Amino acid sequence: MTLYDSVLKNEEKAIFALRGLYESYGYSQYKMSKFEEYDLYVKNKDFLISDSVITFTDRGGKLMALKPDVTLSILKNGKDAPGQVQKVYYNENVYRVSGESFKEIMQVGLECIGDTDSYCLYETLMLAAKSLETISDEYVLDISHLGIISAVFDAVALPEDCRASALKFIGEKNLHELSALCALVNIGEKETAILKGLVTNYGKPSEVLPKLKELICANTESLIELETILSAFEGSEIYDKLRIDFSVVHDIRYYNGIVFKGFIEGIPEGVLSGGQYDKLLANMGRRSGAIGFAIYLDLLERMSETDKKYDVDILLLYDDDTDITLLSKEIASLSRNASVMAQKKIPEKLKYAKLMKFDGSEAKEV
Amino acid sequence: MKMLNVALPKGRLGEKVYAMFETAGFECHSIKENNRKLIFENEECGVRYFWVKPSDVAIYVERGAADIGVCGKDILLEYSPDVYELYDLDIGKCRMAVAAKKDFTDDVKRTLKVATKFTNIAKNYYDSLGRDIDIIHLNGSIEIAPILGLSDVIVDIVETGTTLKENDLEVVETIVPISARLIANKASFKFKSELIEKIIRSMENQND
Repeated sequence: MTLYDSVLKNEEKAIFALRGLYESYGYSQYKMSKFEEYDLYVKNKDFLISDSVITFTDRGGKLMALKPDVTLSILKNGKDAPGQVQKVYYNENVYRVSGESFKEIMQVGLECIGDTDSYCLYETLMLAAKSLETISDEYVLDISHLGIISAVFDAVALPEDCRASALKFIGEKNLHELSALCALVNIGEKETAILKGLVTNYGKPSEVLPKLKELICANTESLIELETILSAFEGSEIYDKLRIDFSVVHDIRYYNGIVFKGFIEGIPEGVLSGGQYDKLLANMGRRSGAIGFAIYLDLLERMSETDKKYDVDILLLYDDDTDITLLSKEIASLSRNASVMAQKKIPEKLKYAKLMKFDGSEAKEV
Repeated sequence: MKMLNVALPKGRLGEKVYAMFETAGFECHSIKENNRKLIFENEECGVRYFWVKPSDVAIYVERGAADIGVCGKDILLEYSPDVYELYDLDIGKCRMAVAAKKDFTDDVKRTLKVATKFTNIAKNYYDSLGRDIDIIHLNGSIEIAPILGLSDVIVDIVETGTTLKENDLEVVETIVPISARLIANKASFKFKSELIEKIIRSMENQND
């Protein structure tokens, strides 16, 4: 019997499973250094989740950073090539400032960069859903489309300077403040109802898509794109776990199309976050499209696990006169079915299931 | 059956809020017993209430210890927790305001000294005006700061204005109206949306 299942933590098990999943769709691992020039993050500071970056000066006097994000480093090194799509995944630690202290976060993620098309969008969403499924059966993947939100903003003629606030209220499912904002800038009743529809319409695609079409009254390009991609999931088990929900709102300065967030029951935050970030590439002077996601594995620690009752199955006591060859053979035999710790005295605070004593030839239960 | 964990703000507001939950069909009679217990459960209704300090409700909800909770808009504006703000209960109404001594006139050539418990709200408000300020964070008895010359103005919650009046202060400007809001943990909402929606619908009916 191997003890791996009981020894490995949730996040460690997830890493193995996810790497296998991504490799099976032809994604190759992108391995990188822990350090990056700080300059890269200054230019795209708002793309980072955490405001502060941990920096240090290298031996040549250059300001360096402990990587707070992997995507920017991958983008920095790629090249645009028509018809080509770079498919990579990573499994890296990133470093962030959290309150007064520093935090090392284990992250697994995937990026699809280049001449991306509807299939790439579908594949990324599918792999996001499958990633969540790898971790737990009780998951949902919330999907939004920033193109639809922008189209609605245009259709109701929402003033440019109110859009950030409106987006924030949609993200909070905050109908009362959204209504107040509309009243403040004299948006009509009918138009306000359309905007509020972005908050009230959420749920399974089969239920929400028809309502959205009715609400928006026009087939915007973005809505057609979302419908096309979601229809590719119809009939699969994943389809049941997908939800359209416009409260997923990533920064519109970097993200443009489909954005999504994954939740697992029992974990109080979204564990997976991703989307299309063509605008970030454009900001970096590239012409390609890109979509990707990251999974915050540190959050899996919070998944409810049955508490381990014992630190070790067997505590085996021996004394100074014990023949270590005989002792080692006995331990090898016992450890086939259980974890065994050999000690001369019972360690303080150790919780063991069974206490045994080695009498010189064999272990006997005490 | 999935239990719904509800964080209620201790005090009069919390009692009013509980009454609304009770009307919505989520009663828990043991909560009315006069004792020092903080957690109450009604397994039949699938609900567990806990009393927490009003300013902590958002933390319980954001971190998932509570699925939903009720707290003032002031707390949401001050701490910006990553939660859904689902409903304005239209109770616990007051306003966040700037107050000063009755003879106060703002000398815009000088940095304005602002005493407050709500540092972020004050900072955002004066940032929006482009006014240079010096924030003095206090934890209580804010009203005495202008009287003792510690600050020029205060930013605080004003309910009836009695405390201000008794200390010879008056409201100079209202920053934002405040009321109690129903908030939800984002992940909990995904898995308990039906229950939460039922509560909101009932509260809407109660307020109609």
